[in-house]
Amino acid sequence: MSLAMLFEAWRAMGANRLRTFLTMLGMVIGVGAVIVMSAVGAGTQAKVKDSIASMGSNLLIVLAGSMTSGGVRLGSGGVQTLTVSDATAIEELDTISAAAPTTSGSAQLIYQSSNWYTQVTGTTSSYFEVRDWELESGYPFMDSDVRGATRVVVLGKTIAQNLFGDEDPVGKTIRIKNSPYLVVGVLAKKGQSLDGRDQDDTAIVPITTAQTKLFGTQFKGVVRFIMVEALSDSVMDKAEKEMGELLRQRHKLRESAEDDFTIRNLTALANTAEETTKAMSLMLAAIASISLLVGGIGIMNIMLVSVTERTREIGIRIAIGAKQRHILVQFLLEALMISIIGCLIGVCVGVGGAFLIQKFFAISIAVTQSSILISFAVATGVGVFFGFYPARKAANLEPIDALRYQ
Amino acid sequence: MEEVIKIRNLSKNYHTDAGEVNVLKGVDITIEKGEFVAIMGPSGSGKSTFMNILGCLDKVTSGNYFLGGKDTNALSRDDLAELRNHMIGFVFQGFNLIPRQNLIDNVALPLVYAGMKAHERKIRAKEILKSVGLEAFGTYLPNQISGGQQQRVAIARALVNRPKLILADEPTGNLDTKTSEEIMQLFCDLNVKEGITIVLVTHEPDIAAFAKRLVNFVDGKIQHDGPTALHVKENA
Ligand SMILES: Nc1ncnc2c1ncn2[C@@H]1O[C@H](COP(=O)(O)OP(=O)(O)OP(=O)(O)O)[C@@H](O)[C@H]1O
Ligand SMILES: [Mg+2]
Repeated sequence: MSLAMLFEAWRAMGANRLRTFLTMLGMVIGVGAVIVMSAVGAGTQAKVKDSIASMGSNLLIVLAGSMTSGGVRLGSGGVQTLTVSDATAIEELDTISAAAPTTSGSAQLIYQSSNWYTQVTGTTSSYFEVRDWELESGYPFMDSDVRGATRVVVLGKTIAQNLFGDEDPVGKTIRIKNSPYLVVGVLAKKGQSLDGRDQDDTAIVPITTAQTKLFGTQFKGVVRFIMVEALSDSVMDKAEKEMGELLRQRHKLRESAEDDFTIRNLTALANTAEETTKAMSLMLAAIASISLLVGGIGIMNIMLVSVTERTREIGIRIAIGAKQRHILVQFLLEALMISIIGCLIGVCVGVGGAFLIQKFFAISIAVTQSSILISFAVATGVGVFFGFYPARKAANLEPIDALRYQ
Repeated sequence: MEEVIKIRNLSKNYHTDAGEVNVLKGVDITIEKGEFVAIMGPSGSGKSTFMNILGCLDKVTSGNYFLGGKDTNALSRDDLAELRNHMIGFVFQGFNLIPRQNLIDNVALPLVYAGMKAHERKIRAKEILKSVGLEAFGTYLPNQISGGQQQRVAIARALVNRPKLILADEPTGNLDTKTSEEIMQLFCDLNVKEGITIVLVTHEPDIAAFAKRLVNFVDGKIQHDGPTALHVKENA
């Protein structure tokens, strides 16, 4: 193979521009589709991964009320069965590293002339451990704050930014429902949760403060759910079982009675979500690959036409001394050139398309280097695979038949 | 003398829907280096078939064909391609230039398959184009020049790899009388000055007269083989 042969292939392509362009378009669309689809897939996957990582690891959640059997039931939180002391007892289990009773409500936060309406979570200091949530500045509130129901608050990053701008909120006082609260810490940024909520749009206060001073409650010490972190991934199932037994015992449920709580393995759920997105992105790429295949068939089709059209030329070449491999390489090069140039354009179109989609449809996109490399490899493969049959057909022509072809 | 072509008891059949057709029926001929042979005969007598076999473009059904001492029956497809490349220059009735390539590239094509480097090819192609009087047209495409000029380009291409043998099947069939004579003069020069062996098929006695030896085909056999009229006179 030489430069002259490349040039020759280039000239052959140029001889029928419209046809070459249309054939190439098949490859462009195929490669473009693969790149866009895998970018969408990878973007979604990355987002889900981030959300899962931000959720905290080995996470279980205990909800008040039974949701395991059919029929109309009160939703979680409608049954006042879970208490702060349940959480304390759970925390004592060997398999559990932390348990945080949690309650929440909405409130207006005010700092000077800025205000922000958000969800306020009442919990214990275990919450930060359960959620693996670092503080960007200041400190979390302490057990003594929970015991004393002091008016302290830890702010999520979104709130801190919206209320304070560049100022450091730690040590400042904000007003929640017209009472002053001291900001003791600001949480590090976590980003979006699996269901797309902004996790940083939250304010955290001691559970006692929330129940007695902020929202008030009929049943003191009753919470809607408890967030639990198991010691390790391997004890998740054991932790779930032990917790169930402990709670049944504490709630004095008879043998025949149903659970009055529900335990969910959030980490398992998250993993399922991750599996699902993985499968989805694979499927997207597979669908896109079909268009690449169609593009390849287009190349084969046009190469067959080209071989037939140029039978006489092939005859001349064989007559003046072309060996079989010369003819084979010539037509293979043409097919390859169409597919590789098509692929190059396809990569540009795909990357451009991916960014446009990100811009106009707010879908997270990740154009991966590997998707580009794979596209190139596949396009080359397609060129060789679909170019080979026509090229071999040309190379196997009998010289005299080819020369006589009208 | 050195034998360029030696053919023994050659026959050629074609398979058709109507059955086997026996086109060449036992041809024996020897052509030596430096000969200029004209082949004549009625249409359908097998002249083109014979030329295709001489050019190793078609296989014999039976018999032997030795080209430059080599038995062509024993050679592979690629060996034959190489032999054609080095030994034979073809000139066809229909010129058979490659339409997308300019004249220099057309002329240089055999050199590509001979493995010559690009810049050497170009020098050689220009040189040979000049020898047929077309040096000014190097970058033209075949459809931008006249038929006579196209045939000169085809001859240049046939000559570019310094062949021992030129095979021309009705090279002047598509040309007017004056142009035909110019082309024949070119062949004569090559034959006389370079000592290249030439075998040429024609229907016109005037064209055949340029050759030294005349072979007449009738119904797949050589009916007459001897010097041309002019040379009969010359020899007498
Ligand atoms: N590929 C083929 N298949 C079947 N028959 C063929 C084939 N090629 C040639 N023939 C037959 O062989 C015979 C000789 O053909 P050929 O072309 O050699 O004649 P020719 O002497 O060159 O004639 P012309 O002077 O018209 O060119 C013809 O009867 C033709 O029909
Ligand atoms: Mg003929």
